[in-house]
Order: sequence, then structure tokens, then C-alpha cells
Amino acid sequence: MDNDTILSVQDLAVSFRTYSGKVQAVRGVSFDLKKGETLAIVGESGSGKSVTTKAIMGLLAKNATIESGKILFDDHDLVKYKEKDFCKLRGKDISLVFQDPLSALNPIMKIGKQITETLVLREGLSRREAKKKAIELMEMVGIPDPETRYNEYPFQFSGGMRQRIVIAIALASNARILICDEPTTALDVTIQAKILDQIKQIKRDRQLSVIFITHDLGVVANMADRICIMYAGRIVEVGTADEIFYHPAHPYTWALLSSVPDLETKERLMAIPGTPPNMVAPPEGDAFAERNKYALAIDFEQAPPYFRLSDTHYAATWLLHPKAPKVEMPDVLKARIARMRQKAGLDNE
Amino acid sequence: MSEEREKILEIKDVCMDFKQKRHKVVHAVNHVSLDIYKGENFGLVGESGCGKTTLGRTCIRLYDPTSGQIIFDGHDISGKLTKDTRKFLTSHMAMIFQDPIASLDPRMTVQEIIAEGLHNQGYKDKAQIDSMVKEMLNKVGLLPEHATRYPHEFSGGQRQRIGIARALVLKPEFIIADEPVSALDASIQAQVINLLMDMKEEFGLTIMFIAHNLAVVKYFSDRIGVMYYGTLVELADADDLYVHPLHPYTKALLSAIPEPDPLSERRKTKLYYDKSMHDYSKEKPSLQEVVPGHFVYCSDSEKEAYLKELDS
Repeated sequence: MDNDTILSVQDLAVSFRTYSGKVQAVRGVSFDLKKGETLAIVGESGSGKSVTTKAIMGLLAKNATIESGKILFDDHDLVKYKEKDFCKLRGKDISLVFQDPLSALNPIMKIGKQITETLVLREGLSRREAKKKAIELMEMVGIPDPETRYNEYPFQFSGGMRQRIVIAIALASNARILICDEPTTALDVTIQAKILDQIKQIKRDRQLSVIFITHDLGVVANMADRICIMYAGRIVEVGTADEIFYHPAHPYTWALLSSVPDLETKERLMAIPGTPPNMVAPPEGDAFAERNKYALAIDFEQAPPYFRLSDTHYAATWLLHPKAPKVEMPDVLKARIARMRQKAGLDNE
Repeated sequence: MSEEREKILEIKDVCMDFKQKRHKVVHAVNHVSLDIYKGENFGLVGESGCGKTTLGRTCIRLYDPTSGQIIFDGHDISGKLTKDTRKFLTSHMAMIFQDPIASLDPRMTVQEIIAEGLHNQGYKDKAQIDSMVKEMLNKVGLLPEHATRYPHEFSGGQRQRIGIARALVLKPEFIIADEPVSALDASIQAQVINLLMDMKEEFGLTIMFIAHNLAVVKYFSDRIGVMYYGTLVELADADDLYVHPLHPYTKALLSAIPEPDPLSERRKTKLYYDKSMHDYSKEKPSLQEVVPGHFVYCSDSEKEAYLKELDS
């Protein structure tokens, strides 16, 4: 672990025991989170992105097992942590913003109390100090009239306001890592824009490292410095935002990017055929092979290793093997990227 | 928009109020007027709580409009629902719901779900019903043997296909699709949108597409209406609306769309809408046609300003 890295996940595998068998939700995920960066994890539901972060926070359900791997934070391996140790870590060093702001708040506890709870327990502040700090926090996340709002209940807040409260709670103690699990999925675009700006602002002010989980590629483009694309429990491609959006290399990334319409799309959408694989019996080889029209014979037999495209850009696809046939990304996507580059004033390479 | 085009649905000055405790009234839809032409995709966008779903549900008479008139295919369907109007309505208009889990009865098989409308319309011949259901399943990309299964055995995208099959089995002319893809993953969204496009072509449907994802609405629709707190604030051709948005709320909404393009995202300035920027103390606003086919909710002086803006 070098000095820049604050959190390092190495070859993490998580499975769940269920009636229908062992579900292999995460199958060997590795990534580093650097100080002050926003790392986005993108994937469909069931790709294992939330499970990865829950493993980091020690919040996995009882039927989950961490099969292998390490999660290194401050030279400690979080995989070996007991619940007692996690209690010291959660909120203090790593904070989590949940997807659904309604179920993340206690409906019968006043907002103020929910924010001060962490402050009193963690920082050992007195009630009065905690209240002062809580009101400051509410102001920071943009709640108008925080003194009155302090004594109100969650149901008196709108969805966007509630999400701001959840963020305020996450920031109450000076956590170094903020994990946002689809923080804006339940919100409207206009409110989403405000919340995203807020998170960016706070990240800059406090030099936080952020793990941002989402399936919305637009939000990712707005927020991320680096991006991991996950599919069926594995990271299939990782790179900086520009690399993923302008030089995607994995067929799944191509499919994902070209299946969402942008404002200029006129032609028929390129839907990805089929559905994600059943993770009770994940397919041998590349999990995406079945839905991939560029799949090679080897994709069905052997899982591809990571091929290096640049120091920051890696993709797990056999198409990058020197012996593989040359395959280019779909024309729709190529045209769109050219359009985006033109708009940005970059010449085409 | 040419005047000769046949109107399939006319909404005239419709209000939908909900009564609450202590004689409070929520004006969910406030004097909305719009026409939907035959064969077009009409998109309706706005934030949650702006009344777009209420308007859709009022059109299909899940709610009784408080005032105003709804004319569908030349028949007035507002007012008291008689048995005949109801039958006319249910056989010509259908709805696709947002939540593919909640909108399908977990205790009914797919066959029963899809055939329910046929039974209600008085179809008796079992063999005919069966064949219609099978044919519909095929059309939406499911298999005939799926008919005996229950909704929980399907994935989200497949459930939405069942919802679409149920809506289309009666061969309606007009479909209200209320956020049909919001609950689905990106890769599945595209499948369902393509399916809706195919079905539209095949059955010659007119679709009212309600959604909050503006990129999807832009892709899907010919004309788009923007709603804000129960009022229709702008109505224009899809391309026109995105290139020349006039109402400040539309501008704010458009600037808030996150685009899958990091370079432009970084340089984008976001606009925020504040209702108090309008001065309606002297002149009352109304929905006015600023240029042909482009309607904006504004006062006369604002209209002047918008026209100037378009010229420059």
C-alpha cells in the first residue's frame, strides 16, 4: 500500500448462503481508493457493487461469508474485524450515505437528535456543543432555517431534504472516507443536481475520499475521477473517467454506454440481449460472454485476465489479447464519442 | 404542428383537486389544456409531485376530474362514467404502470393477468382467449409456456413485458405509459423502450409517455409537455424544446440532466429555478403560443421577451 492509498480492497470474494444454493455475489474484486479522489463503482443491480461496500463497512447480512481477500485500511485488515471493532470505525473513519433517505432515518426520532447522536457518542461533546455543531452541519448541507428544523421529524422533510440530513449525519464526525450508495437514485433531477454539487463541495472542503456507487452513467460523468465497471461480481474495466467514457475497451462497457440514449440519440437503442447470469452458478469464463456479440470461443472457457491499456486503465476481456481478432467498438458509440469530443473542442484522433 | 392532424385526446382546462383534512385542497392538476394527435408519442416530464401521473390517471378516469373536459376520439369521457363510456374507455385506452412488481397481482398467473381484460370485455371462448394471450406473449418477447407462471418467477424487465402485454391485448389505440422504465436497469431499459417502439409501429399506437428521465423522454417523444406544480409550463416539439427552451423552469430542468460525457459535465453551469422571478401581480399568465407549435406559460410582457430571445 503506497502513501496515496487510503483504502485497498484486494481480491475480495463474498458469498451468501440461500435456499437455492451459494450465491457468489462478489468474485475477486480489487481496487485502491486514493486520498481525495472520487471512485465510482458502476453496475446493474445484482452486480455486487453494494455488497462490496457493505463488506467494507462490516454490514453484511448474517448469511454472508467473506470467502477470501483483504480490505486494508490504515494497515488494518477489515476482514478480520469483529463487530466491536467496526463500531469504532463506522461514522468515525468511514461514513455511509444510503440510497433510500426515508428508511435510513428513524421516523420517531427528531432530526436534531439523530444528528447529535453520533456527535455525543463519538466525539464526546456535551449536548449543547453537539446542538451547535448539528445546526452548523445542517447549514452546511443547505437546510434553510436549521434552528426550527432541528426539532422536526423526518416526515416533515421532503425527499431531497432527508437525503441532506443523511449526508449531514454521515459528515458529523470527521470521517475520511465517505461511501455514497446510490445517494440520488430516489430523487428528482433538479434536486439530484443540488445534492451532487453539495457532495462535491464538501469533498473539496474536507479533502474526503469518496466511493460513489450508482448505475446512472450521467451522474458518474459528473462526479467521478476514476471508474470501476462491475458485472456479475467482478470488475470488468477500470480507468479514469475520460478513459472509460472516451476510450472504453470492454464489450460490456460499450453495451452499457450505448444502451442509454443521450440528448442527440435518434437511432434505435442498442439493447443488451438477455439478463445477467444467475450467481448461484456463475458461468465459466467471461460472465458477459453469453450476452456479448463479440464473444470469442475462449470467453466461454476461461475468465480473461486484466489487460493493461495505460497505467490507470485496465480491462478484463480477451479481445485485448495480442492474438485476438481486432474488434472495434460499435459505430453508434464511436459516433457519439466523436460528437462529444467535437463539442468539447478536442480534435478527433 | 399542422391543424389537419387528427386529435385523439383533447384535454380542456382540466383540474384535479384532492381534498385533505381540515378542508385543505391540493390542486394536483391546475387548468391544464393540451391535445394529443393520433400516432404521436407525447412526453410529459416534471418533478415528482408536479401532477404528471395524476394527469395521466385522470385521462384514463382512474380519478374523476374536478372540472374541465376530456375528449377521447370524439367522445366526452369526463363527467359521470356510464357503463357504456367505461366499456368504450377500457377497450380503447390502456395504461402501463411504473412499478412492475406492485402492478401485477402476485396470486394470478400470467395467463390470468393478461386475460382479465378480455374477460371483462365479454370474451367467452376459452380457446380464443388462450390464443390471444399466447400471441401477445410472443409479441412482447416472452414464451407461451410462461403463461402458467406467477409474476415472482420473472425478472423486472420481464415483468414489465407482462404489463405491456396486458395493456396491449385489447388492441387499444391509446396507451398511457407511466414511468415504464424508471424501475429498470440501464441494459433492460433499452430493451423495454425498443419493445414499446416496435409495438407502437405494429399496432399504430398513440403513446403518452410520462417520465422524469429527460434523456429517455427526449429519445422517445415527438412532442413534450413540461409540468411544474400542477401547471403545464411549456409544450413544444421535442427537438425544439431542447434547443430553444423558453420557460426558466424548463431551462433549469434541462441543465440538471447529467449527461454521460465527463468533459461537458465539468464545464456545465447549472441553472436553478425560482418561482418568484415572475412578476404576475399586474398581468395574469396563461399558456400562450409564442411561435407556432411552441407554447409557454407566460404573461404578455414575458412573451415579448421570449420572442426577442428566439430572434437573437
